[in-house]
Amino acid sequence: MRKFKTFESIAAYIDRKNIDTDAIIPKQYLKAVTREGFGENLFDDWRYLEPGNLGDDHSLRKKNPEFFLYNPKYRGAKILIAGDNFGCGSSREHAVWALMDYGFDVVISTSFADIFYNNCFKNGLLPIALHQQQINKLIKVTGSNENLITIDLSNQIIQTKNFEIKFNIDARRKEVLIEGIDDISETLKLSDKIKDYENKKALKTPWMFNS
Amino acid sequence: MKTLYDKLWDEHHIHSFDNGYSLIYIDRHLIHEVTSPQAFEGLKQAGRNIWSKKSIMAVPDHNVPTKMRENGIKDPISKIQVDALDKNCKNNNLLKFDLEDIRQGIVHVVGPEQGILLPGMTVVCGDSHTSTHGALAALAFGIGTSEVEHVLATQCLLQKKSQNMNINVVGEMPNYFYSKDLALLIISKIGTAGGTGFAIEYTGNAIRNLSMEARMTLCNMTIEAGATTGLIAVDEKTISYVNGKPYAPKEEEFKKASEYWRDLKSDEGAHFDKTIEIDVSKSSPMITWGTSPEMAVAVDDKLPDLDDERFISKRDDLVNAFSYMGLKEKQNVNSIELDKIFIGSCTNSRIEDLRVVADIVKNKKVAKNIKSAIIVPGSGLVKEKAEKEGLDKIFKKSGFEWRSPGCSMCLGMNDDKLSEYERCASTSNRNFEGRQGRLSRTHLVSPATAAAAAIHGHFVDVREII
Repeated sequence: MRKFKTFESIAAYIDRKNIDTDAIIPKQYLKAVTREGFGENLFDDWRYLEPGNLGDDHSLRKKNPEFFLYNPKYRGAKILIAGDNFGCGSSREHAVWALMDYGFDVVISTSFADIFYNNCFKNGLLPIALHQQQINKLIKVTGSNENLITIDLSNQIIQTKNFEIKFNIDARRKEVLIEGIDDISETLKLSDKIKDYENKKALKTPWMFNS
Repeated sequence: MKTLYDKLWDEHHIHSFDNGYSLIYIDRHLIHEVTSPQAFEGLKQAGRNIWSKKSIMAVPDHNVPTKMRENGIKDPISKIQVDALDKNCKNNNLLKFDLEDIRQGIVHVVGPEQGILLPGMTVVCGDSHTSTHGALAALAFGIGTSEVEHVLATQCLLQKKSQNMNINVVGEMPNYFYSKDLALLIISKIGTAGGTGFAIEYTGNAIRNLSMEARMTLCNMTIEAGATTGLIAVDEKTISYVNGKPYAPKEEEFKKASEYWRDLKSDEGAHFDKTIEIDVSKSSPMITWGTSPEMAVAVDDKLPDLDDERFISKRDDLVNAFSYMGLKEKQNVNSIELDKIFIGSCTNSRIEDLRVVADIVKNKKVAKNIKSAIIVPGSGLVKEKAEKEGLDKIFKKSGFEWRSPGCSMCLGMNDDKLSEYERCASTSNRNFEGRQGRLSRTHLVSPATAAAAAIHGHFVDVREII
């Protein structure tokens, strides 16, 4: 996984709560067997006025001019700000792949659904949970002329021209992003412990190891 | 003193890291075609092996056709995905129930039906409705594709322990109020993020009185309340449910296992971080009217009043939902006319669900305004059982289509979907925008309420038509 570096970007804001993963990436795109190329279909139902399918040339589909990411002031945004309970619903990791493929590196909300939150850290996407008042301040920045925001994960700071916000993240998750840690390699270092556990359990509850 | 969740956690705990994370052992890994191909590919690219092949059960369900199955999968893109599952399972010699196998069905129906997952196990699947299996006191939760790969490679997951929540359900459930209604009632009270960060244990006499299948429906919907895990303690119903299942332990081993299972309950006085009590004795069947499972009302109630103080903070969401759903505030539930009926999904496609539907639709006809009413059994074995009981004849005579098993119109990855603006009474689990098809309008209900709606062409209070 690539390492998360400090960066500066504008932020795009969508005023909507409970954005579910079906909305982030609709079902028909889950038929893909790779992790790439979902960005074109991020928020597909909101973004296009015509239906689409995997394999279509999406540049030919009629776009919804009202769609928030088509607002010129959000062009190139790497930070997404959204309402409460972002990423609820389906466990589809495609939602994270779509956000990242589109170009987002950070999502900011008051809260995230558990499975989505977990999926973010497996891919290098940083979800930041803030209080509503802090989010309100950032929303003001997105609408101003001085709209650049710096995300500094090492120091856990969101920096804007006029203020900074400290954010919380647990130490392990932070390390995973900054170092680009592969969890599987880390876990496999404990292979002996896993085998010991299996041996002990096979004596205690052998039926769990039947097949 | 431990909660059931604490016990399951401790029993599978391998290692504590000093950063608050633990390594947890996974006993069963359920796999379907949509969330696994990238995991198998990742494993291959990294040159890693599957840790425990016998922990895995695979079945195609999301993409599969539910009619004219003998012609195979028409959609070439769906076919690639189902073929990929086939190839990955064959190459690795994994247990898989093919489309032609009578045991094929929705992964969360097949797992318990086969006794592949058992009480006390940790069970994962790249599917959020894995919470279903908490009904057997298994610590079961959905994971993303990276974690599917992690479990394939290590048989473990890195986890932070959740908090404990107890939802104690008291009172006798009224007639025609089912565990689906209970789930919708709970979600409407605590919200779709109410359970975030928690493992929920359902307790109380109302829960004890539920059948195993009804418990699965409730635990299945736990994810719609934001909790990845919903648990119910083992009792004699659990043990007799497991007894005789094809992959369950037999004879002496079953006895030994049963002793172990009987301890799978929260100790008296165990600490819950949050407790909610619900009395269901006066509850009515529920329907969702909006675009989130929490937007639900009792069938004898009206849709929300936007001026109601309780909705001030949510007003924008409600306005949005009314607009998407083509409904108005304060509308009567029975004024909502329907286009399609879907009875199926991992929430409500088991034999008891189908029996309830048959009871209601017997000798009645699907209303003329209903363009299609489909019943999709949860597995080939459910289908077979229903046919032995003659339920299929009742359904067909009433005007329902009787399909082959799969996820079907719950999420419309196959051909079963709603067209734009079509309105459906659905026994599935999500009413999100576009869930059953672009611009589709979904109302989540119990099988009984869906059946009654099919006959009348609009929502009715099922208690009034019996």
